[in-house]
Amino acid sequence: MSAPKIFDLELLDRRRTRAAPSAASHDFLLDRVADDLIDRLALIQRKFPLALDLGAHHGLLGGRLRSTSGIESLTALEPNASLLAQCAPPKIQASLEAPALPEASLDLIVSGLALQWVNDLPGALIQINRALKPDGLFLGALLGGATLNELRQAWLIAETEVTGGASPRVAPFADVRDLGTLVQRAGFALPVVDSDTVSVTYADPLSLMREIKAMGASNMLADRRRVPVTRRLLLRAAEIYAERFALPNGRIPATFEILTITAWRPDPSQPKALKPGSATVSLKDVLEPRSK
Amino acid sequence: MTSSSERLEATVDPKLLEILVCPLTKGPLEFDAAKQELISRSAKLAYPIRDGIPIMLPEEARKID
Repeated sequence: MSAPKIFDLELLDRRRTRAAPSAASHDFLLDRVADDLIDRLALIQRKFPLALDLGAHHGLLGGRLRSTSGIESLTALEPNASLLAQCAPPKIQASLEAPALPEASLDLIVSGLALQWVNDLPGALIQINRALKPDGLFLGALLGGATLNELRQAWLIAETEVTGGASPRVAPFADVRDLGTLVQRAGFALPVVDSDTVSVTYADPLSLMREIKAMGASNMLADRRRVPVTRRLLLRAAEIYAERFALPNGRIPATFEILTITAWRPDPSQPKALKPGSATVSLKDVLEPRSK
Repeated sequence: MTSSSERLEATVDPKLLEILVCPLTKGPLEFDAAKQELISRSAKLAYPIRDGIPIMLPEEARKID
C-alpha cells in the first residue's frame, strides 16, 4: 500500500449505492463514451472473443458491446454491488485496483469512466496490461484534468472568501500528457491517449451539483473538509460560478474532459521501430529531388 | 453475515472461473460448489459467490486455515 490515498473508496461506494437506483437517468456522459468506444472498436478489424468491462457501472457500455460482432463473452467487473446488480451476467464484483484477473486471460478490456477514481492509476494500468493476452487491446475512457474546472474555481474562491481557507472539493484528474507517460510505463505497446472536451449546460450551478450527486460522484476525496458545507458557502460558490461563467442565455456551462486510451499488450507481431543505423537506403536519396 | 435459508442456487458461469485469480496473491482459486465459494489457499481466504456472482473483495471473504 504505497500509493497515496486520494479517494475515500468506502465513501465512493456508499455514494454510488445511493445513486444506483437512478443511475440510468444520469448516464449521459457514459452514454456518449460508450458510443465513442464502440465506434473506435468498429474500426479495428479484429475479433475479441473474451472481453471484460472494467468498472461496468450499471452495464450500459457492456450491454452495447454484447451486440458487437467478434465478442463472444463479455464479463462485467464492478466494485459496487448495487450497480453490478443491474449488469447482465457473467459478472464479478472486484475492485479496480485488484481486479482478480489472471495473467494473459483476456482479448479485450474496455473501461468507461471508472479509472478516474482509483488511488493507484499506474498500478491499475499495469494490472490491465498483465490481464490481457499478447496483442490484446485495452480501450478505456476516463475523466481528464479540465473536468469541472469552473466548479473547482468557484469553490476555491467562495471558500477562501467565506472561511478564509480552501479545501479540496473537486477531484484531481489526470492530464493527457501524464496519462500518456503512465500508459507507456505500464508496459503497453502502441499506446495512444487522446482528449475530447464536452461542454454541457445547466440551468444554474445548483442543478449541476445535483446531477454530480445523482451520479454518485460528489466529493469523495480523502482530504476533504469533514464539516458540512454551510448554506452561505454553497450559495456563494453558485453565485461566483454564475458570475464568472454564465452564458448570454443565463445557463451555465460545465466542462468534462474525456481521455481515451488505446493500447495493446506487446506481441512480437506488432510493428516496431527499426534500430538506429539499420536502414539500407539513405534518407538523402529519398528526400533529394531525383535528377532525371 | 446474512445466512440465507432459501439460497439462490444460481450457477457460476464456468468461463468466469477461468478468468479469476485471488486479488491479493494472484494465486489460483478452487471452486467449492457446495459452499459456493472460491478458495484461495495462498491467501487463506474463501471468496463468496452470491447469486452466481463471485465477490472478489478480501473484506467480504471468509478466513480459512
